[in-house]
Amino acid sequence: MEQFFATLGIWLGALFTFAIFSFLYKDNPFYKTAEQIFVGLSAGYWSVYTIFFILIPNLYEPLTQNFNANWIKLIPAILGIMMLLRLIPKIEWVSRFPLSIVIGTTSGVFFLRYLKSDVLNQLTATMINPFLGESWVIVIGKIMLIIGTICGVVYFYFSKKHIGALGVSAKIGIYFLMVSFGAAFGYTAMARISLLIGRLQFLLGDWLGIIQP
Amino acid sequence: MGKAKQIDRRWLFLLIFFGVAFPLIFTLGLPLETTKNVQMVYDLIDNMPKGSKALISFDYDPASMPELHPMAKAIVKHCFDKDINLIFTAMWPMGVQMADDIIYQLKDDYPDLEYGEDYVNLGFKAGGMITIQSMGKNFREVFPKDMNGNNIDELPIMEGINNFSNIGFVFSLSAGAPGIKEWVQIAHDAYGRPTSGGVTGVSAPAILPYVNEQQQLTGLLAGLKGAAEYEILLKAPGTAISGMDAQSAAHLIIIIFIIIGNVNYWRNKKAEKMGGK
Amino acid sequence: MKRKIPLLITFTVGIILIISEFIPHKPFGQLSGELEIWFLIISGFAILLGQLSLFKVNILKIKYKQRDWQFYTITLISFIIMVTLGFLWGTGKSAGMLGHGEAISSMLGYKPFDYLFHNIYQHLQATMFSLLAFFIASAAYRAFIGRTVESNLLLASAVLVMLGNTTLGSLLTGWLPESLNFLHLPKVSEFIMTFPTTAGQRAIMIGAGLGIIGSSLRIILGIERSYLGGE
Repeated sequence: MEQFFATLGIWLGALFTFAIFSFLYKDNPFYKTAEQIFVGLSAGYWSVYTIFFILIPNLYEPLTQNFNANWIKLIPAILGIMMLLRLIPKIEWVSRFPLSIVIGTTSGVFFLRYLKSDVLNQLTATMINPFLGESWVIVIGKIMLIIGTICGVVYFYFSKKHIGALGVSAKIGIYFLMVSFGAAFGYTAMARISLLIGRLQFLLGDWLGIIQP
Repeated sequence: MGKAKQIDRRWLFLLIFFGVAFPLIFTLGLPLETTKNVQMVYDLIDNMPKGSKALISFDYDPASMPELHPMAKAIVKHCFDKDINLIFTAMWPMGVQMADDIIYQLKDDYPDLEYGEDYVNLGFKAGGMITIQSMGKNFREVFPKDMNGNNIDELPIMEGINNFSNIGFVFSLSAGAPGIKEWVQIAHDAYGRPTSGGVTGVSAPAILPYVNEQQQLTGLLAGLKGAAEYEILLKAPGTAISGMDAQSAAHLIIIIFIIIGNVNYWRNKKAEKMGGK
Repeated sequence: MKRKIPLLITFTVGIILIISEFIPHKPFGQLSGELEIWFLIISGFAILLGQLSLFKVNILKIKYKQRDWQFYTITLISFIIMVTLGFLWGTGKSAGMLGHGEAISSMLGYKPFDYLFHNIYQHLQATMFSLLAFFIASAAYRAFIGRTVESNLLLASAVLVMLGNTTLGSLLTGWLPESLNFLHLPKVSEFIMTFPTTAGQRAIMIGAGLGIIGSSLRIILGIERSYLGGE
């Protein structure tokens, strides 16, 4: 019986794979059906996991098993219920209170973490001695890294017109940004093709048995 | 000279489909070279003392499995070979199933693995960066139980883990946010733990700046190629290496498309100029 | 009051978290730790809100028989089935309301919730995203034209990285002598990623980081209020 359901599972996977691929020819009811099943299952999955892995272990169990030590968790519980009231248009303003805690927490943490990781550490990482490279290629690369970072940041300064020295730096910055976007496209193409490879490995390996999975 | 015709894109789709399928069936086994960033990841794990604990966060879903699953398998395999105890977690809900699947795939290679001693799956938590920051202050408040409902205090592997202090390194397999960026910002920049990771090809360029002199990231595995390189270093060929020939064929087809597109454009432009004269 | 109190809460919470970075002792350390746990719990409710909102939107589309309303019925049925199976028998080693469902699990090989995940959802999601491979190839043919200096740089960089990232790159320039090793395609690709790409992306990161810092301050200080919505 288990073998039957295992085989059925593979055939279901193949069926839904082709249902989605049929969109490449044109939009059709099979694709629409598969798409809506995907949306429904995804929403169901998130709901179950949220309740099983967050609300039960972090809220329900502390409150029910040791209320005296965890009574303060009643506050986020009430705030959470207030969040759900967003579904009722007449009293959706009640959800602003838990939302303000979420937004305030996020803003506070983001302010600190982005300042350190994405600004200060990145600036420090650019302040390197480029002439300490192992070869002339690395030396040139490090010089490009310094110039590219500075000119790229200059490009994003829109408070002054990009003319004169600022204009030249911004132009160099654009060139570096274009190179980085091209590289990003190359990696994006690689990523998307990998996803197709994964699907074909399933179809040719697990479903048809033509290749070793 | 007439205007060059635009090819119906469905023919392009068919070409891509067969262009990727054929090399999967008729493999060429072309050579692949490893890069510095992947070597850094390998060296980080290889130099970890026996019995260290590592935290691996499965921050991806089935959509990114072809790229990140082979990486996950290779990394977990390497850790088990080096007797590194693993704590699995997930900032994406589907990541829990991804971690479970890796253990399922490796259970025959490591039959003596004990859940709770050699590895543990703590499950999913929402909240991204805020939750990771909370883990750094009070790990047990965030994870009072593992994904199977066992009390965290009863798991031998979790002994002494109250924050990130006793974690040897943090590794994030990341398909987006929350993911590797948040782990770098908290685990490394706030709590000073060595951090590394594997990302999809889409995210790789944006995450590369963290691989720097500050070692915000100790190396990075990028996409299917990164996974294939790691399999080479580990001498454990898997689905990543077997997919690289198909990857090459597809890239060649795309480059040919780009050339044809550019030739068509310039031919049309020339025809318009001549038509204008 | 409906707007003033939330603004005050945002300010207070934001300031506590910033101060706790510099004064981690009582009371700021404790307060920030507690706020982070509250955030986790409220996030859980926020996720539930999203799923219930989806449910509500679909119900309304079916009720008013909007275009393709039959397909939205399928969405709801799938959602209800997944949630019901999850609650009844749980997932993995977590028990549901009816325990672990050993009988049904031994028949399916998985718990019903996990069976749907592994054999339907996983394939649907993976295939949905694999469609992008076709569209990126089509986009490369139609849109990737070298008209200006900037677009030529983008094109050259993309082609070199795509070649260098594959086994084809190693094959094409593998014959080069050691002295010209820097022209070997995989090395060229690695150079492009390590230096000019990192420079460009770092500039973006710094710019975006400054933007986020500015936005965070505006939100904490109550200058930015769009998250409160209308009156």
